Amino acid sequence: MAPFSIYSFLGLGVPIIAVIYYAFQSEQGKPTLSNIALVTHGSYLLGFENSIVLALITSIVPGILGLILAYAIATSRSATLKRLVATASGVLANFGGINLTFMFIATLGSTGILTAWLSAIHLNPWNFGFNLYSFYGVALVYLYFQVPLMVLVITPALGGLRPSWREAAENMGASSWGYWRYVGVPVLMPSVLGGMLLLFGSGFAAYATAETLTAGTVTLAPIQIGSLLAGNQLAGQENVGYAVGLGMFVVLAVTMILYGLVRRRASKWLR
Amino acid sequence: MTELVDATRTTGAAPAGARVSLEGLVRTYGTTRALDGFSLAIEPGEFVALLGPSGCGKTTALRVLAGFERLDSGRVTVDGRDVSKISAQHRDMGMVFQSYSLFPNMNALNNVAFGLRMRRQHATQRRQKAGELLELVGLSDQASKYPHQMSGGQQQRIALARALAIEPRVLLLDEPLSALDAKVRAELRDQIRQLQQRLAITTVFVTHDQEEALSMADRVCVMSAGRAEQTATPAALYSRPTTSFVAEFVGVSSRVPVEPVDGSVVLFGERCRIRASDTGLPNGPLDALLRPEDVAITLDETAKPFVTHKSFLGATTRVIAQVDGVAVRVDVRSDVAADIELGARVRVSVVSRDVLVAERSVTNPVSPQ
Ligand SMILES: Nc1ncnc2c1ncn2[C@@H]1O[C@H](COP(=O)(O)OP(=O)(O)O)[C@@H](O)[C@H]1O
Ligand SMILES: [Mg+2]
Repeated sequence: MAPFSIYSFLGLGVPIIAVIYYAFQSEQGKPTLSNIALVTHGSYLLGFENSIVLALITSIVPGILGLILAYAIATSRSATLKRLVATASGVLANFGGINLTFMFIATLGSTGILTAWLSAIHLNPWNFGFNLYSFYGVALVYLYFQVPLMVLVITPALGGLRPSWREAAENMGASSWGYWRYVGVPVLMPSVLGGMLLLFGSGFAAYATAETLTAGTVTLAPIQIGSLLAGNQLAGQENVGYAVGLGMFVVLAVTMILYGLVRRRASKWLR
Repeated sequence: MTELVDATRTTGAAPAGARVSLEGLVRTYGTTRALDGFSLAIEPGEFVALLGPSGCGKTTALRVLAGFERLDSGRVTVDGRDVSKISAQHRDMGMVFQSYSLFPNMNALNNVAFGLRMRRQHATQRRQKAGELLELVGLSDQASKYPHQMSGGQQQRIALARALAIEPRVLLLDEPLSALDAKVRAELRDQIRQLQQRLAITTVFVTHDQEEALSMADRVCVMSAGRAEQTATPAALYSRPTTSFVAEFVGVSSRVPVEPVDGSVVLFGERCRIRASDTGLPNGPLDALLRPEDVAITLDETAKPFVTHKSFLGATTRVIAQVDGVAVRVDVRSDVAADIELGARVRVSVVSRDVLVAERSVTNPVSPQ
């Protein structure tokens, strides 16, 4: 336990303390609430809102898709398929950032390959309101690594569903629906929530992908921090950046507390 | 005891269980013939144990009966009706699995009530009935516990109550005690048997433990390689096995080479009738299969056989005598055995004058068993 505590303190505690320290400081090093007041209004508030919505979309949608995919794989008979998907998920879940963004631009950008093919059959998505360099474009790119991430985290939980539970249920007159309604879903719920929380965190904090794709035109909290700390808007705004960082910590903390409460309710049968 | 009777009445168990017939069941997995023409007829209310070594097809037979496995050929009837087309969901059979089959997200009461919920019984009604069943298995005080908070033995009793709650036509148990320690196993064995008799429910119990099978069942079906070797009462199975497989799998047998002499054999110098044999009378050399109590020994300094091992079993002591290089196990009253020392010369004789014979097998290790 001791090494983990030290690790947590150095990796999480110290940065939080530093962020808090600077967030409540003026440019001149005096204590102030003005940074906080600034970031809870206007474009900074919009940044938080957009980031939270993006994180929700990119946790719930890939969460469900990943769950379905993982279940299909878990129940398949092919060991090769299982191994293949496990390996692919491991690679794809970590394939984000600038490389991924350019891959999408080359594929689905206004002059991308797929776009060209689709427009050849008069189905160019850009003509139907699609825009890769927008909020939903970012969400789409996130799907690419969030789905495999969900597959990775949920597969062990699916393996924990014992065949004898299903058979016992069937034996006592349960339909497939009855089994899932009363056994399968409740048993999986804590793991699914846990997986989605992870996706929420990674969606909320992802920076490089969104920055490269939209060149900062979509207002997201991490992008704002980036530009504030880089000082490319106004000089001397670093402390405002720290205040936005503090806001992100708060959002994540609230999410985790909510998750804890839901999980406790969903799993009072767990140890 | 009166509580038990009341509980039985209020659960409204059918007065007699169903008649079950398994006819020529064949089930293959690739090249493995898990069931290879297995047949068994079970009387209403009867407790039948399927006994056999691991991999002989016991579980497959049970799962076919429950509706979890397809058949390649053969027929399953319950009360005369073919149930092949009926899914497990609608077969009304209560099954108890080897272990960990309770739903982890439900407490004991809700586990027991699950089948009633699936049958759309009213909440108060099913809670009452589940409560009665918990009482029946003696676990009323555990109603609100979750499976992980209970011992293995308690979990299996809950699983039993859960299977009984739906008033199944047949109760199926697949090695339900094998994951438990010896003491709990013995207790539960008695409890299952008592409940079964009280409810008069047709029961199929799978086990690889002969003691379990012999002590619990009305009849035992010994299985080997996907077929029924012999189905008989425990007493008949033990004293009159019809095949060498049964003789050696159930109880302890010694193999002693014998010479056939027109329809009988000579054993320890005495002429014995052939009681039964595997496939008529085999042509080649024969072995007699002898129970430890079929053989007697007396101290005799002039005899050639001598004692090689002794193990105390309580009232009796198992003595192994070496007769012409062959180990013969003999049960002797312990007070008598006290006077028999290792290496002592003994005269060996047969107690009963009819013996089971089988084709000669080359192995006959002189081992202490
Ligand atoms: N689902 C299955 N797939 C392939 N082989 C199986 C399957 N189920 C059982 N078998 C094989 O069928 C034989 C009988 O199995 P089983 O009925 O489980 O035996 P038992 O319960 O007597 O130990 C074994 O050889 C086993 O390996
Ligand atoms: Mg088995």
